[in-house]
Amino acid sequence: MSATTVPTLSGDRAHHGVRQPLSTSERWGAVFEYLLVVYKRTWRGSIIGRFLSPLFFLLSMGVGLGSLVDDRAGGVDGVPYLQFVVPAIVATQAMWVAMGESTYQVLGYIKWNMGYHAMLATPLGVRDILIGHLLSIVGHLTVATAIFMGVAALFGGFSSWWALLSLPVAVLTGMAFTVPLFAFTARQEGDNGFNILFRWVMTPLMLFSGTFFPITQLPVWMQPVAWATPLWHGVESSRMVATGDVRWGWLALHLLVLVAFVVVGWLLAVRSFSRRLVT
Amino acid sequence: MASVTGDDILLSATGLTKTFGDFRAVDGIDFAVRKGEAFGFLGPNGAGKSSTMRMVGCVSPVSGGELRLFGLDPATDGPAIRARLGVVPQRDTLDEELTVEENLWIYGRYFGLSRREVRSRAAELLDFAQLTDRAGDRVEPLSGGMKRRLTIARSLINSPEILLLDEPTTGLDPQARHVLWDRLFRLKRSGVTLVLTTHYMDEAEQLCDRLVVMDHGKIVAEGSPRQLIEEYSTREVLELRFDAEDHKDFAEQVTGIGKRVEVLPDRLLVYTDDGDEAAAVVHSRGIAPLSSLVRRATLEDVFLHLTGRTLVD
Repeated sequence: MSATTVPTLSGDRAHHGVRQPLSTSERWGAVFEYLLVVYKRTWRGSIIGRFLSPLFFLLSMGVGLGSLVDDRAGGVDGVPYLQFVVPAIVATQAMWVAMGESTYQVLGYIKWNMGYHAMLATPLGVRDILIGHLLSIVGHLTVATAIFMGVAALFGGFSSWWALLSLPVAVLTGMAFTVPLFAFTARQEGDNGFNILFRWVMTPLMLFSGTFFPITQLPVWMQPVAWATPLWHGVESSRMVATGDVRWGWLALHLLVLVAFVVVGWLLAVRSFSRRLVT
Repeated sequence: MASVTGDDILLSATGLTKTFGDFRAVDGIDFAVRKGEAFGFLGPNGAGKSSTMRMVGCVSPVSGGELRLFGLDPATDGPAIRARLGVVPQRDTLDEELTVEENLWIYGRYFGLSRREVRSRAAELLDFAQLTDRAGDRVEPLSGGMKRRLTIARSLINSPEILLLDEPTTGLDPQARHVLWDRLFRLKRSGVTLVLTTHYMDEAEQLCDRLVVMDHGKIVAEGSPRQLIEEYSTREVLELRFDAEDHKDFAEQVTGIGKRVEVLPDRLLVYTDDGDEAAAVVHSRGIAPLSSLVRRATLEDVFLHLTGRTLVD
């Protein structure tokens, strides 16, 4: 069955003539909504992965290694090893989620299924796409972190309710990676850059950013490297709020560094997205 | 070139230019499209058609010259213009993991249509695109023709006043092309202005009221398909094939027959107003081609005459 005329609709935006412009939140909201529909189709696969890999770290490092550390050294600075390492794994997991969400999928929308190009043919612009997509990653980070924290709490990974503050800290840490990564991804032609990133940036960061032991255990020359990376600041902040050992000046500084990564990343991302998509 | 003036002009370009570094993809072209018209850009790959379409679609900044849609400047009113355009890109940009109808709903939301509007509109458009019984299926396994029809349905979600189609039927089989042409014809009859690019002669002749022929970023001719054929070609063409490596050798033997002879690697084209008569002269000279065929002149002949090359290599 086929219609002989093209249907028209009443309503400002579905009608010929000058349309009512979209508000900012309608624009990024439409992008967010699209990614939500995509997530509805894929959440089962991602949730299992997000649950299992930090769980393995929790069991091996927190419980396995932890009992050794507690027996021999009485924890780290008096804190049981599990409670020392869990808030840090929370922040580290956020980094991995950020990596997963800001690489292949983003390049796919640029290059493979060209979803961003479809959006740019509509009233949406580069900034709308970026905001909508970045907010959807805030959602991913929140869900992933909440699940892991729930499991870790069952294992006794937290000593107080203050640990709930590790959640926003982890989300901020994740975004401190995500936003600059968007800028990086928009400059890639293929996935070679991602392999290098995973192997030579993320893995060393996880090992040397104070996740499993304080960076003061590192050789002195290596410590400034940790200061320059977002992960160490995320790990330190998360650990402070979770263990209740808050030094306010330091906490403020750590959070400021994370915010700076987001802000600078945003400027770079707008530039590289515009260069790549609006040619 | 025929000039187009009047209040009903939806789209106009003057000296429109697109450069990528030192390369001038579009080199100062002028054209105007009237409301309700089907306007085509005909040319080989690399002629600058897609670059032109991307500028018209307000996704690619203009490098030089002036471009106006609905009287608005894409540089300052891009979103407002795009709200009134429908775009069918050269490559489908559907989300193949989602269903047919989800693709329509999502796209409608990009234009700020309410969820209710999007749903009723999607149902109508699926009917128009003859995809109603596939509404809940994933896009990925659909045929190329179905995906193309879905892309067209999607481009209509906002009731566009101008529909931009970049090589709408490239890569489709003949039957799928005819279905698509039929849908585009209906759109045109309902008053939608069509702007399309193609490197298929038959497509341009079928769909376009008026077209420009592009080559190396420039417009080399403009008019209706019939005008172009009258102006740059003869009414009929006699095609002669010989058993030869090089058809140049036979070109001399047919000189004087018809108005003009084009030499292609695999055949000679004799341009004449009466093909049968020309064939009789060839025969009377004792020339014995492997085959001879009389046909109507097409836009392919126009292009060949203007550029010395065939369109699809």
